[in-house]
Amino acid sequence: MYDIENYYNSGTIKEAVSLLKEHPDARVISGGSDVLIKIREGKLAGTSLVCIRDIKEIKGVKKMDSGDIYIGAGTVFSHLTNDPVIRENIPVLGEAADQVGGPQIRNVGTIGGNICNGAVSADSVPSLFSYNALLRTSDGAGGRTVPIRDFYLGPGRVDIQPGEILTHIVIPEKEYRGYQGHYIKYSMRRAMDIATLSCCVVSKIDPRKKILEDIRITFGVAAPVPFRCVKTEEALKGAAVDEKLYQAVEEKVRQEINPRNSWRASREFRLQIGGEIARRAFVKTAELAAGGDGR
Amino acid sequence: MIGKSVPRVDAYEKVAGRAKFTDDLILDNCLVAKIYHAAIGNGIVKSIDTSEAEALEGVVKVVTFRDVPDHCYPTPGHPWSVEPAHQDVADRNILTGRIRYYGDDIAAVVAEDDVTAARALKLIRVEYEEYPVEIHPRKSMYGSNPPVHFDKKDNVLNRTNFFIGDVDEGLKNSATVIRRSYKTPMVQHCHLENPVSYAYMEKGRVVVVTSTQIPHIVRRVVGQALGIPWGKVRVIKPYIGGGFGNKQDVLYEPLNAFLTMQVGGRPVKLELTREETFCNTRTRHSIEYDLTAGVDQEGRLLAKDMKAYSNQGAYASHGHAIAANGLTAWRLQYACPNIRGEAYTIYTNTPVGGAMRAYGIPEAAFAIECLMDDIAAEIHMDPLEFRRKNLISGYYEDAYLKPIAANTNGIFQCLEKGEKYIRWKEKREAYASQTGYVRRGVGMSLFSYKTGVWPISLEIAGARMSLNQDGSVQLQLGATEIGQGADTVFTQMAAETLHMGMDDIHISTVQDTDVSPFDTGAYASRQSFVTGTAVKQCAELLLEKILNYAKTLLPEEETRELSLDHGWIYAGDEQALSLEALAQECYYSLTNSSVITAEVSTQVKKNTIATGCCFAEVEVDMKLGQIKILDIVNVHDSGKLLNPQLAQMQVHGGMSMGMGYGLSEQIILDEKTGRPLNGNLLDYKLMTALDTPDLEAEFVELEDPMGPYGNKALGEPPAIPGAPAIRNAVLHATGVAFNEIPLTPQRLIEGFTKAGLLGKEGERHV
Repeated sequence: MYDIENYYNSGTIKEAVSLLKEHPDARVISGGSDVLIKIREGKLAGTSLVCIRDIKEIKGVKKMDSGDIYIGAGTVFSHLTNDPVIRENIPVLGEAADQVGGPQIRNVGTIGGNICNGAVSADSVPSLFSYNALLRTSDGAGGRTVPIRDFYLGPGRVDIQPGEILTHIVIPEKEYRGYQGHYIKYSMRRAMDIATLSCCVVSKIDPRKKILEDIRITFGVAAPVPFRCVKTEEALKGAAVDEKLYQAVEEKVRQEINPRNSWRASREFRLQIGGEIARRAFVKTAELAAGGDGR
Repeated sequence: MIGKSVPRVDAYEKVAGRAKFTDDLILDNCLVAKIYHAAIGNGIVKSIDTSEAEALEGVVKVVTFRDVPDHCYPTPGHPWSVEPAHQDVADRNILTGRIRYYGDDIAAVVAEDDVTAARALKLIRVEYEEYPVEIHPRKSMYGSNPPVHFDKKDNVLNRTNFFIGDVDEGLKNSATVIRRSYKTPMVQHCHLENPVSYAYMEKGRVVVVTSTQIPHIVRRVVGQALGIPWGKVRVIKPYIGGGFGNKQDVLYEPLNAFLTMQVGGRPVKLELTREETFCNTRTRHSIEYDLTAGVDQEGRLLAKDMKAYSNQGAYASHGHAIAANGLTAWRLQYACPNIRGEAYTIYTNTPVGGAMRAYGIPEAAFAIECLMDDIAAEIHMDPLEFRRKNLISGYYEDAYLKPIAANTNGIFQCLEKGEKYIRWKEKREAYASQTGYVRRGVGMSLFSYKTGVWPISLEIAGARMSLNQDGSVQLQLGATEIGQGADTVFTQMAAETLHMGMDDIHISTVQDTDVSPFDTGAYASRQSFVTGTAVKQCAELLLEKILNYAKTLLPEEETRELSLDHGWIYAGDEQALSLEALAQECYYSLTNSSVITAEVSTQVKKNTIATGCCFAEVEVDMKLGQIKILDIVNVHDSGKLLNPQLAQMQVHGGMSMGMGYGLSEQIILDEKTGRPLNGNLLDYKLMTALDTPDLEAEFVELEDPMGPYGNKALGEPPAIPGAPAIRNAVLHATGVAFNEIPLTPQRLIEGFTKAGLLGKEGERHV
């Protein structure tokens, strides 16, 4: 039995926002795969909930006329993985979403919840960072657009204001067209686990000249919030794609990330793994750019 | 029926969800209890204030350590001993104000519902006086002030030793001597169903319905804990969702019984969370071993010495029996003229060690089988050849504990099957000199395992049968089905001896101490051996009674021998009378009615050794610290297989536990408080289906003369050999000997870095 004080359901964004204003202490719930755990652990015991699961307007994926991709915050992971627009344009996001927990979690957990929970280990987030996703919020009257890199304020804290919900995510066309991405989740198990470290590399490689035109490397669990290796990215742009570059990715990433030492894994261990998974993810994007599937 | 892969008798009930587990039976008006656990690792409660909790609406009762009986009681699922010297250590109270480990039980709340009970716990105020926490046995054994228990000043719960021959002399005469230290982790059983019980009073007696492996022992311990006559306690055991030894201990049944008595006999439910199950029930002991062995020029063992330090945690539970069992294993199986062993079991401020599948042998076998590979490597001998050179072929017996013996010994046949399956020679050669960051290897290990606990402890089992009006048979046992398939093989045994079909035997799966025959329960891989003996005797007795009754009904058949076969009484080769007709007569005859029943209570003074091995092939990705099991096989000599399909499933389950033990499972404790840091199923890395390779189970079937149907232990052994086989395969792949499990990625990366296998860029950052 969960210790929940009150439960309010909403069918529209407007309703949800007004319920949140009416009950400022209430928490937003959708799939519940994070919120219910916190209630059970006692951290949120006795909370009230505003449910946004029945809001149809925040579900689904579409490609807009501009070429930008719209992802409703209420879209569950398994829908994301199987969505044709995602598969065709940013398959790495669907692949990353497919590594969350287990099938049951992926059928209820949403991408919006994954972002707003603020966990540094969120599987869908490194890809969103690497594609420079824009987050769109609503407070009923208007809303804000926030680049995902500015949305994370600290461990477990995100830039969501009282009375506001995240409605959708936009990935602008210029951020994904011509790019290849690969996500590696490093965890102690192959299912039902959270990342010890994770890395999404997105690259743009001129296939004929074999020159790295652009690269974006994002880590989960390598710093208090998801972390872009900006220095490494800048240093590598324009380089020839070869074994030397792979080695450079591995080494430079190790110098840039700042993982913590904890009983779950030591800092030294995470540094070793971090360099290696960045290298392997990058190699995979280069293979994809060259036309192979890299497997 | 014996030797056939008949379907489980409970398969349809379980698959269809009709099988009733404890929680399915909870009474409508049941109150809910929750436990207040200590938030320090060592100390005393200076003050406790429960007034706010008591004032909360919906709270029925709050009890603290001040309210419970003063005397201590033992908890392990051992048969009681009538000799005080052999009785289990009694060192627990139902609740305590002397905190011995983080999470110790101080108070309990009984409320109308879950949420109220949880809210009430938060309103209890406790002040502590703290003492220093010690979680390491080899530090704790030099004593602490105050000691964990006042009557063991040096915190050593027990120490035992033995010697055969002269080890020092043997080592002196050895061509090669090696010394190694090995360590095994504290792990948890992770049975699907957390411990759960409910208790109520009826006619002045207390009834406890509980998820346990040992209902008759729970009855005795509840009586001891509460200080009431044992006959005043009734324990009922429904279907249970796994136990693996954790429920071979009396956990919270005494508290549950105490609580119902405190609320006027109203039913009270006590269900643990998964986190409580990790912290507050039992674990497999972490044991540290220092081993020494010497071999002659030909690689024959001349001497070996074991020192074992077992971390008991805060309470005795099964205590020294675990480490002592490892000492026994050290004497068996390998031929060696000079053997010495010494084991300490040491109290510390950690969660409590108890029974877990194979009772001390997975720990000992890990150390022993690593040592065997390490010696082989030292003298450049193939590890399989080294073992063959040193293993005893055929009959052997324990030097100390009679009549423990390998009455049949299939280890050489097991090795042959495993070697062939994994293609040992070919792969040992192929993987001999690899380069690169991804390497492969094959490794193996083996074990021996006793069947039941005789003569260390009592073996007794009861069985009761009665003939129904339609000629079918009711079968009642005190032995328990805990998921292993016991009900199915007992049914097969009865059908075999009575010459009946499976459908003609109706076994009661629920044990109720008011009606079930006495049996100590499911542990020690004993039931098919010990209870099986009782089932066989009972069936023989029932058969004799049926045939005697048949004689009274068939006075004309004086000369021909009567027999029973699938519903018919035969006279010679001829059907003379249906069993149904006979049964109707015995119930309803106006001249000669006497229902045919049989009951036995059997002491079994036998023991026989099962054996087996594991071969594993691994691929090690050194830069990621990952081990992939490419292939793995367990080969078992467990005597005659009662049900080959069930046997295979049993082996698969054990292999899964063995792999988790070797690769990923461990309870990590906070140094300062002894609190489990990863006491939940997210952070405790139990393998999932995706982590599990295809599992191969093979058997060598030698009919054992001691087993009632030629069978010997199979319940626990499959969990033993996996971890050392994997460790030895990693040694073969990489040349790095890891002496502590689990082989977590971090441990591997550290080991490979130290060995210089991870390049300079790795070292720079370490």
